[in-house]
Parts: sequence; C-alpha cells; structure tokens
Amino acid sequence: MKTRRLLVPAFATIIVLFAAPQAMLLSLTGAGPVWFRLLDPLYAAIFWRSVLMALGTTLSTLLIGFPVAWALVRAVPERFRRAFLLLITLPLWTSVLVKLYAWVFLLRSGGLLSQWLAFFGSDSPSLLYTTTAVAIGQLYVELPYMILPVYASLERIDRSLIDAAHDLGASSVTTLARVVIPIASPGIVAGCVLVFVPSLGSVLVPDLLGGAKTAWVGTLITSQFGAARDPALGSAMAFTLSVVTLGAFLLFGRFLAKAQE
Amino acid sequence: MSLQISRPQNRGSLLVDSVSKKHGAVPVLEEVSLEVRPGEFVTLLGPSGCGKTTLLRLVAGLDEVDVGRIVISGNDVTSMKPHLRPVHTVFQSYALFPHLTVFENVAFGLRIRDRPEAEIGSRVSRVLSAVHLEGLDSRTPSEISGGQGQRVALARALVLEPDILLLDEPLAALDAQLRSAMRSELVQLQRSLGITFVLVTHDLEEAIECSSRIAVMREGRIAQFAEPEAIFEHPASVYVARLVGMENILEGRTTGMGASGARVDLGFTQIEVPGVSPETVVKIGLHGEHIALSRTGGGLRGTIVDVRYLGEATRCQVRVGESLLVANVSPKEVVKAGDVVSLDIDPSCWVALAP
Repeated sequence: MKTRRLLVPAFATIIVLFAAPQAMLLSLTGAGPVWFRLLDPLYAAIFWRSVLMALGTTLSTLLIGFPVAWALVRAVPERFRRAFLLLITLPLWTSVLVKLYAWVFLLRSGGLLSQWLAFFGSDSPSLLYTTTAVAIGQLYVELPYMILPVYASLERIDRSLIDAAHDLGASSVTTLARVVIPIASPGIVAGCVLVFVPSLGSVLVPDLLGGAKTAWVGTLITSQFGAARDPALGSAMAFTLSVVTLGAFLLFGRFLAKAQE
Repeated sequence: MSLQISRPQNRGSLLVDSVSKKHGAVPVLEEVSLEVRPGEFVTLLGPSGCGKTTLLRLVAGLDEVDVGRIVISGNDVTSMKPHLRPVHTVFQSYALFPHLTVFENVAFGLRIRDRPEAEIGSRVSRVLSAVHLEGLDSRTPSEISGGQGQRVALARALVLEPDILLLDEPLAALDAQLRSAMRSELVQLQRSLGITFVLVTHDLEEAIECSSRIAVMREGRIAQFAEPEAIFEHPASVYVARLVGMENILEGRTTGMGASGARVDLGFTQIEVPGVSPETVVKIGLHGEHIALSRTGGGLRGTIVDVRYLGEATRCQVRVGESLLVANVSPKEVVKAGDVVSLDIDPSCWVALAP
C-alpha cells in the first residue's frame, strides 16, 4: 500500500500535464466529420515532411553531439569538464526567441553566412526562409538536449572497460562500436527521444527561420487555432499527433528491447 | 591441459630496458630494467604508488613509454598500439563488459579477430572449463559472483593465447579464503599452460606463493629481483627487509674483515656476515624465526620482556644488553615475560642490508 502511495505524485503529474490536456483537446474536436478531414493527402504530406525534418534533426544532433560528448569525456581533464558543460548548456539560459532572431541576422541576405558563401564563389544568397534555415535552426536549438544525456551515459563508462577492449585487440573504432556505444545506448536513446519529439511539433523555428513559407505539423496546428479559426480541426490534429508519436515510441521501445535480447 | 600450444624459442620473453615514465612532472618509473624468461611467473611487489601498475600498463601498451624500450618475444613493441601486442591483461576491477554475457565476454577478442563461429564456440567453452566456469555462459557480469568474475576475466585473456599474461592485483577484491584458493589455481594454470605470467601485487604471501621470481619495487625503481627464497631470506636492503617482515633490523659497526666476511659489532655480540665487504654494511637483519630460545645453555643471554601469541608462532621480545631482539618461537614452548633465556642464532642467518 505504502509503495502505491509513492506513485501518487507521478500519476498526478501525468494526469494534470498530459491526460487532462488531451481530454480537453478531444472535447474541442466535437464528434464526427472533423476526423475525416484529417485524411486529406495535403496533411499527410505535411506530416511526412515534419517527420523527415525531425528525423534529420535527431540524426544531425546525434552525429555532432556524440563526438562532442565523447571528446568531453576522453580528452577534457575532469576539472575543466564542468566549465565545458556550462558552455554547452549556456544557450538554454536564453529565450529561444532571442536566439532565433540572432539566427535571422546570421542567415539573411548580406548576413554573416551568406557573406561566407559569397566568399566561396556563391552569389550571396539568403538562406533565410528556406528549409535549410529551418534545419540549421532546429539543429542549433536541439543540440544541447542530445549532448547532455549522451554525455551522462558516456561519463559513467568505466575507463578500464575501454582499456580492456584495447587490450583484447580492439582498435579505437571497434571499441566505440562494440563497447562504448552499446553501453551508452540508454543515453543515446534518451537523447534521440528528447530531440525527436519537440522537433516534430516545432513551431518557433519554422515560423521565424522558415518564414511560414512551408507548412509543418507544428505551424499547421497553431494556425488552426489562429488564422484558420478551426480549433476543432487543430485539436484533432494535435491529438492525433500525440497518439501517433506515443505509438511510434512504444513500438520503437519494443523493438529495442527485442534487439537487446 | 588442452590449451597447450607450441611456441617458438623466445615466445613469452619480456625485456624492459631502462624504461622511464612521468605522470606530468612526477616521475613514476626511473630507468627500470627487467628481464623475464619465457614461462616464468614474475611478480612485481610493492606498496601502492611504487609504479608497479604503471609498469604493467606500459608492457600492455595502455600507457606510453617516455624513455626506454619494451621487447616482447623478441620484438620491440615500444611504439606498438596495445591492441596489436601479444599480451593480454586481467584487470584489478576485472573490467567485464556489462552488456555482454559471460560467453560473449570471453569471445570478445576472437570476434574482433573474425574467427569462424565454430572455432569461437569450441575455444570459449574449452577455456571456460579450464577455469571451472561451465554452465554460466549466458549469465551477465551482474549475475555472477566476484570470484566468478575473476575467472571470466582470466578466461577472456587466456582464450587469445597471449605470449604474456599480465595480472593487475587480480585477487585483491576476493575474500581471504577465496584468495588463497585462487592463488594455487593461478599457479597450476600457469604451470600447465606454460604462458609467461607477470603479476602485480602488494601482498607478500601472494608473491612468495605464486612467483618463480619477485621484483620488489620502490618509488619507481626495482629494489631487488630474485627468487622468493632469496628475497625472503636475503633481502638486499632495509626496505626489502621491512617488506618481507624481517623483525630484527639492527645498527652495527664494522670492525674489519674476518675469515669469511665482514666483522660487525652489534654491541651485544660480534658477528661475521659472509660474502660482504665491510664498506657496504650499514644495517644487519635477522628473521625472528632464526632465533631459538632455551632456558639452559650458554652463549648469548637475555631477558624476555614481552610475549605475544600470534597463532602460528609466539613472538617474544628479548632484551639483550642494550638491544631488543624479536624471536618467533613455536607456540608449544612455554615462555613468559621475565624469563631469562639463552639465544641460539645460526651465524649464517645474519643478513647485511644496504639502506
């Protein structure tokens, strides 16, 4: 009985922050026809585009974040690590809005990035309001959420395991593939989830850096509650997105558990 | 033993040639030289911080040598990466891969070498039975005991048939009973396999029981390298004498050359230490076991001032003149403080000690 009581805060949190909002969304949809409108192929295209962008963001943050975390663990002496971690988390202290406006200035025509591109022979294009800008922005915003859990899992790996792998004949690459990555996999999975889920429903980055030129899941849903004035459709979309994401992760978790056996 | 393999002449030999190593500005090893013959069981003995583990890591290639050479089986491996060297290590923490089963831990090195599945299966099960671990194949490291983990670590290194097996305090984490059982198993394993073992320990008993030769280390240097009997009975210095538990370390004054060696005046008696020239003698050592006490008899006489029962022996402090000697006598002897006894010391047991 006592242990069950300990679960109360956790359940309360889930109910207040997840179940109740979802129920509110459901109540806003009203019954019937709104669900059929979700089947519009246009929405499917937008959904897939967002999924691809979220996958791309996850992959790119992993490809950059893992080496950064690994270098931090292997190459940075322990007394400097705190400082490095602080530098990595520093962007999180500032509002996303402010950071994205800074990116607007970096990416726009005549901005720092287009100047560089011009220097390398390109004709000074504006990157702003392109899919590339959205991808860069997403990568920038989400990177710390990948580095931190991956770092945490890498840091816990006993150094002697790496020594042992080398000692038994594994090169550095083999050691990474056969020892480090498998042991760090919980942190890697956590980082991927932490990056993928917010990326899928991202609103601010596509809005500010994508210039609302291309529709994404997040901006589409937001617009139903604003410009389109169709909260029923917006609610149905938001609810469906939650269910699909949750379902995808449950499947993914099953798959991972199977793979580990 | 089915793991027996034929090996060329100098396979398993190790030469450490005036190797120095610093950690930052702190010298850890200073011009250490060591020569190990194929099939030997050599122990690096010393307190923590003496550089013994560093020396082992240099041989394994896990740390880089600053100055000097390391030659294994006749090949200079000084600048060779650890994963290419024909040596494998049993780590103090065992360093078993937590995400792999016992079988896969042992198979790790074979898989890296892309051995065929059938060969991996037979070699792993052979070595697992050699270390008495049959039936645990599918357990993970968290599901086995410390002693079993130790055997897995041993099997994982042995399955690759190294020229030299390096063992870093392999028994330190085991309880006393298991430790002594594993000790004799290690010796048997080493004898039957014929692989050169280099073991690091701070445990004197372990070193004496296991080794064919012991290298006593002190502050980054080798203080003495000899057979266990020689280390124990004839320690070269005060440091080694203390390490092997020599109870009597006495100040002496050399008075010239006698018939067989240096004559030394200990105050209460005159002795001759054979084979030593007078200039080199600084202190004189004697094991407590080499003093026999008797109530009657002539010669050196003293008074017992303290008696302590230690189980295997009874330790008596005996005042002789100005000096206090420690004698370990059989616990059967009835002695008590205040007894006046005569001391019988075999003259060949006195040892000259350098500082």
